[in-house]
Amino acid sequence: MNISLEINLALAGILFLIGLIGVMVRRNIVFMLMSIEIMLNASGLAFVAAGSKWMQADGQVMFIFILTMAAAEVSVALALILKIFGRTKTLDADLLDKMKG
Amino acid sequence: MQVAFYISAVIAVLSSVMVITRLNAVHALLYLIVSLFSVAVIFFILGSPFAAALEVIIYAGAIMVLFVFAVMLLNLGQEAKAEEKKLLSGKLWIGPGILSLILLVQLLIILFSENTNEISVHAISPKEVGITLFRKYLLGVELSGMLLMSGIVGAFYFGEKKKKSKHRFLQGENN
Repeated sequence: MNISLEINLALAGILFLIGLIGVMVRRNIVFMLMSIEIMLNASGLAFVAAGSKWMQADGQVMFIFILTMAAAEVSVALALILKIFGRTKTLDADLLDKMKG
Repeated sequence: MQVAFYISAVIAVLSSVMVITRLNAVHALLYLIVSLFSVAVIFFILGSPFAAALEVIIYAGAIMVLFVFAVMLLNLGQEAKAEEKKLLSGKLWIGPGILSLILLVQLLIILFSENTNEISVHAISPKEVGITLFRKYLLGVELSGMLLMSGIVGAFYFGEKKKKSKHRFLQGENN
């Protein structure tokens, strides 16, 4: 019944680093966005675990804010990706450096 | 309870690794949904049923459906998979992997160097969350409302098609 706080924070750290590796390695913008989602989710896990440790609702409130931010970010980013793909016919982030203003 | 926690933690890590290694975007999305579900199970075990429900409804339900629709609109075929394979060479993983591993080892050393804090699981009801949200964090609610509004405006601006034809009153002029 007892789960230590450390193992939760370690899990959040592992998930965050998996997302970070994804952002660094992948060059497709859609996969980079998915990795960012993994990172946001990991930070939410850390907040909820800490809130559960101190028996306060603040952790879940922070998770709700993270969720809101993720929703806004994903909607704008996906619209941008569709626009970029319609214009350049590629999703490779390295090929998009011609977008100089 | 502890067994369920460890099982879902392992599933979360494995499915997240699958997300960043897949070549097909839809497969990666399905693994991402599995990862979100397992994190929702962890939330439930930690005594946060409201966060678990939000994770399933909003994250796995709404945001992932948005992702799936965007990937469908992109219409990536087999050639995209081949292109992705070309982009993703094996030695690309070495540098970021080693650097992240160093960070992970540091984090684990810091976390486990002191005596452990046990979480005594005590369910926090949605009522408590709501009271905290709308009393203590009311300003945050207002700000996230503005953020969502700007998200809507931004998505609309980027998503709208530029009109090629002019209005019929303007068709005769300077063209």
